[in-house]
Order: sequence, then C-alpha cells, then structure tokens
Amino acid sequence: MLEGEDRARFEATVLPHLDAAFNLARWLLANRADAQDVTQEAVLRAYRFFHTFRTGNSRAWLLQIVRNSCYTWLQKKDQWEDVEELEEASLPVERYSPESLAVASSERKQLADALERLPPAFREVLVLREIEGCSYKEIAAITGRPLGTVMSSLARARSQLRDALVRPSQVEAHREL
Amino acid sequence: MSCDLDKTQLHAYLDVELDAAGAAHFESHMESCTECQVALAGEEALRRSIAQADLYEPAPAGLRQKIVGQLTADPQGSRRLLAAFGEWRWLALAACLVLAAALGWRMISQRSSRELPDAVVAAVVDAHLRSLQPGHLADVPSSDRHTVKPWFAGRLDFAPPVPDLSGGGFPLMGGRLDVLNGRTVAVLVYGRRAHIVNVFVWKAEMPVSPRRSGQRQGYQWVAWEKGGLSFCAVSDTSADDLQQLMQLFLKD
Repeated sequence: MLEGEDRARFEATVLPHLDAAFNLARWLLANRADAQDVTQEAVLRAYRFFHTFRTGNSRAWLLQIVRNSCYTWLQKKDQWEDVEELEEASLPVERYSPESLAVASSERKQLADALERLPPAFREVLVLREIEGCSYKEIAAITGRPLGTVMSSLARARSQLRDALVRPSQVEAHREL
Repeated sequence: MSCDLDKTQLHAYLDVELDAAGAAHFESHMESCTECQVALAGEEALRRSIAQADLYEPAPAGLRQKIVGQLTADPQGSRRLLAAFGEWRWLALAACLVLAAALGWRMISQRSSRELPDAVVAAVVDAHLRSLQPGHLADVPSSDRHTVKPWFAGRLDFAPPVPDLSGGGFPLMGGRLDVLNGRTVAVLVYGRRAHIVNVFVWKAEMPVSPRRSGQRQGYQWVAWEKGGLSFCAVSDTSADDLQQLMQLFLKD
C-alpha cells in the first residue's frame, strides 16, 4: 500500500532527525516541556505534508517546519520580539579584550542562560551552527533568510553571546528594571 | 591602525565557508592584521566553550514512541487535515498503550536472552578508545561506500555491508581492520555530529540475542545480528543515536 510505504519512508528519512528537531525547539522556546509539545506537533505536521517532500535535505526540511512551529508558539505566548527591528540595528564594532578571551572557562549554565537571553533570530543561528553543525546554506533554507543575512546574524549573535557571558550581572540588573 | 575588513569574512573563515581563494585572501590579510588575529582567537575560544558546555539536548525517550504511536493511529495522516485529528485521539492512546506494552515485553524478554559476553564488550570499548588515538581511526578514510567496501575484499573471509547512512545523519568516515580477542574484524567508522561511531562487524559464531545495548566506561554500545554477521556499534554519542544507527543498518 502507498500509505504504508509513505510511512516507512517517513520513519526512515525524517524521524532520525527527531533529536535535532527537539534540540532546536528546546533552545528556541527555552523550555523543555513546551519543546516536547511543539516538536510533536511539528513532526506530525511534517508527516501530513510528507507527500510534498520528495528528495533533498530531510533534516533542513524538518527543521524548517519545527522552526516555524516554534515561532507560531512564541507569537501565541506573546513572547514575540520584533525580529525585523533588531535586524536593522547597526553592527556594533567588536573589541576583543582579555575578558572576552576568558569566556573559555564558562560553565554550561552560564552559557545556556546567556544563549536563552538572546533574541530568537540570533539564538537560532547559533543553535543551528554551533550545536547542530548546519552549513550556512542549510541555515538559510531553514530560516528562510538570504545567505548574507545569515552571515551577519551569526557575527552579531556571537558578539551578543560574548557580551552576555562577560557581563551577566549587568544584563540581569537591566532585566529587573 | 584600524582594520576595515568585513567581519563576516572572519566568521565565514571560522566556519570553513570560504572557498579556497577567499580563505587564502583572509589568511594573507591576517598575517599583517593583529586585530583580526585577536578576533579569530576570541571566536575560536567562544566556539570551544560552546562545544565544551555540551548544549545538545536530544529528544526525551518517550517522545519518539509517542510520535510513532500517533503515526500508527493516523494511517491516512499525510492526506488528513489538522482539524480532523481529534477523533483519532482515543485510537492514538490505545495504540500508545499497545506499543508501550509491546516494548515492555520486548525489554523483559531481551533481559533473559543471551547477552553479548562482557569480555567482547570490553574488547570493543578498548578498540574504540584505541581508534581515537591520532592516526588510528581509519585505514581507508573515505566517505564513499564504493571505496570503503571494496577495500575489505581479500582482507577478510566475509564482506561487511557498508551502508550509506548520510541521509540519517551518520556520514561515513572510513573503514579499518581491528583485532578483537585475537580475531580480525571489520570496523566501519561513521560520524554523528562531533562524535565518532565505530561499528565492529564479525562473522557470527555464538548466538547473540539480536538486540542488546548498554554502557561501559561512559561509552554507549549496541549489538545486533544480521545476515550471519554480528555487529556492535560503540560511541560517546547518546543511546538514542545508536538505536537509530542500528535501525538504519537493519533496514539497509
């Protein structure tokens, strides 16, 4: 039966990327329970639209669906930040200091906290590049952004992550205002 | 003196996304630019600390079963609309229960069947550790199965399967011969993100229960049999990853 074949093909080509899907959702939503719900919903949606996927990069295809589901969820939860507005801000001039080089000794928790404080548009490029190991081309496909934007987002995301790591207390103080 | 190089070039260099000409251009610029040298060192330090923090969070164990259960409950899933999903909920629940019961049964029945002998597991983990020493990973380093598979011909009295699992997230990295408890075995090397997976293959002699897994010295292993051959995959990646790898081998 065609249905059975479709399902077997789905299980062989898409389900192996479940870890990647969950990991992206977990960091974008900054919450494991929400990430489970959204990953499940996204994978079932992928299954429903699997007939539209023929060949190509199944990981990028699934992650694109997961990413869109996460953004819909964030919008619903009213945690949406204006991504476009952030994109318009000019690239800060980077200065590297001994403090920024000391980042190497940071603990997991500090890094996780710093990552979760970044706007979603920056968080997602870092997660896809540094944790998931995606190429620029894959990130562009998943996020639906031009390659140039992916590159500049990544540069700024790293700079912001470093700032958040070097000055965690300052950011905390700012948050409490 | 201030550097006026587009900083995205530095990031593209760090991410190995520049072509050969671009990389050469950046390297020659960096020779005379202290600012870029310091910047690159800073980016490399950040990358190292992200890697060391091990931020990857794989899906919780129950999620895969839950999803597979829903696929079972929704045979026309790929054609069905989201809104129509509600009526299948009870069926999905029933399917999950059946699946959970089946899995539970399999786990119990596995425990009582013959295990991969401890000595073999110990030898496999030792061989895995040896392979991680510089220069020991592959005798035939290649991502092409048509290069790796023929390499084994004439070196062993069996032909190990060399499936292409890159679509499943396990790119082939090569193959080598290894010795386990005095016998020569084939080893296929696959990558899994930043991890190395060694798949040991030998001619089955003793009946090993078809699916066994465990942990030793912090390394995950999973063993199975197919076509008269015994397989044992070992890695520092997650147990889930190795289960996936086994499924891909069994399907191949």
